[in-house]
Amino acid sequence: MKLYPPLSRRFIRVWQRNWTVYRQSWKISFIPPLLEPLFYLLAFGVGLGTLVGNIRYEGVEISYSRFIAPALIAITVMNSSFFENTYGSFVRMYYQKTFDAMMATPLTVEEIIAGEIIWGATKAVIATAIMMVVISFFGLIRYPEGLLLLPLAFLGGLAFGSAGMVCTSLVPNIELFNLPVFLFITPMFLFGGTFFPVENLPGWAQTTAALLPLTHLVNLSRAFANGRIDAGLLPGIAYLTAFAAITFPLALYKMRKRLIK
Amino acid sequence: MNAVIEAEHLRKTFGSLVAVDDLSFSVAAGECFGILGPNGAGKTSTIRMVYAFSPPSGGTLHVLGLDITRQARAVKSRIGVCQQENNIDPDLSVLQNLEVFARYFNIPEAEATARSRELLRFMALDQRENSRALDLSGGMIRRLVMARALLNRPELLILDEPTTGLDPQSRHQVWERLEELRAGGLSILLTTHNMDEASRLCDRLIIVDRGRLLVEGKPAELVRRHVGRHVIEIVDPAEGLPAFLRERGVRFENIGHRLIVDLEDGTTLYREIEERFCDGGCIMRMATLEDVFLRLTGRELRE
Repeated sequence: MKLYPPLSRRFIRVWQRNWTVYRQSWKISFIPPLLEPLFYLLAFGVGLGTLVGNIRYEGVEISYSRFIAPALIAITVMNSSFFENTYGSFVRMYYQKTFDAMMATPLTVEEIIAGEIIWGATKAVIATAIMMVVISFFGLIRYPEGLLLLPLAFLGGLAFGSAGMVCTSLVPNIELFNLPVFLFITPMFLFGGTFFPVENLPGWAQTTAALLPLTHLVNLSRAFANGRIDAGLLPGIAYLTAFAAITFPLALYKMRKRLIK
Repeated sequence: MNAVIEAEHLRKTFGSLVAVDDLSFSVAAGECFGILGPNGAGKTSTIRMVYAFSPPSGGTLHVLGLDITRQARAVKSRIGVCQQENNIDPDLSVLQNLEVFARYFNIPEAEATARSRELLRFMALDQRENSRALDLSGGMIRRLVMARALLNRPELLILDEPTTGLDPQSRHQVWERLEELRAGGLSILLTTHNMDEASRLCDRLIIVDRGRLLVEGKPAELVRRHVGRHVIEIVDPAEGLPAFLRERGVRFENIGHRLIVDLEDGTTLYREIEERFCDGGCIMRMATLEDVFLRLTGRELRE
């Protein structure tokens, strides 16, 4: 099957390579998504939560833990895919020359990069699944609606992974990833409706937040975790889909420019 | 002639830099063909075009009868490539390196494992199949890269400086494996600036410099054609030697403290030079490909 000439299903081979490596160190890879929600829920939910009390979300009073737990999942989706396709992919491309070796096989640049991005999204899904188990112990996810968090993690992973890969196609050295991290990732982590409602921000900042992908991912996560499925979620889904639909082909195009000389 | 590579007026430019300039050559099936040249001569640029890694800027290039620009994937599935850098997968074991790579060629899993084990034996790495690839020595890594390049049972093996940076033992081991492969009928294209390697392995070779073809031929033929049979090297020659040689109509090269004379048959002249001009020390030896190389590409340092 050919999706378009240089991109066939062979991208799965690249995904499989990363999966093989991941399986060797799964015990270590499992620790962060297992411990991170525990630490955050303890520090913010229990520690800060007693100061904050309940929060009004969509007209309902909910506990602070219930407010931030889905945001923690959204943040993990963003981080795991973005970091996989920036630092991870850059190391494979630049230091390990893994892409060079692949490019001497029937694989095309497009297949290599697509495989990498889909791998980044897969890692987001794996991390989400582990976090869901932990958070469910606190009774903070409603099922079966909560299962929608898994496909959402894949969509979010595609969006942030593709954005990360675009950065990888641009940076001359690995230190420069600090720039997108501090200008793009950290502001979203703090202001994307994660630890306090976006409505607490001044008007202009609310508008800015609405333009950022994490804000939408957090909204959707919160809705799915709390079992609130309605048509109001469609703009958020449309936004993330459009974001991925632009950054994914852009990443393939820019990486071809970078790798084919 | 059944050609595995046919390059005509091949050209590669990077901005204003011309890396390969109007290069034409062809490699016959079953032949071991070498591309020699100093650093920056365009060797790597040339073979990167041959293995469809980098698109030609001009000219035509057919590999295994296929057009490299339009049928790159078909070409790449039928050739094996050892790039200059040892880009093995440091995250994987020796055996996994091969098994994972076999997937890129869509080789079924059971077949991939069987071929991997067979190739590890061929490359004398079967004792190390579970080692982390990172823990191997330089020579072993090189052999692993070669084993990897043979997984898809290629019709043409391409090697970019296969023995650069290896110790003599490892180098000889690589040469022996390549000789076995050549004897088995595999076509081989390699780049090198090791003249022993070229003389030993190559049926035919070209010497390139600044992206252009200088000469083409069989190693022994090139030596005879461009240097002769013997070379006399005189260290700190006594005065009057250049005049003496000019009088005899003998070709020589004066490089400061050393004077190099090439001759078809140097035995009689050598005795005379040794008696009259040899203060520092002098030797007569067989002419080699290295003499041809230095004659054609000059002695000044590159890069």
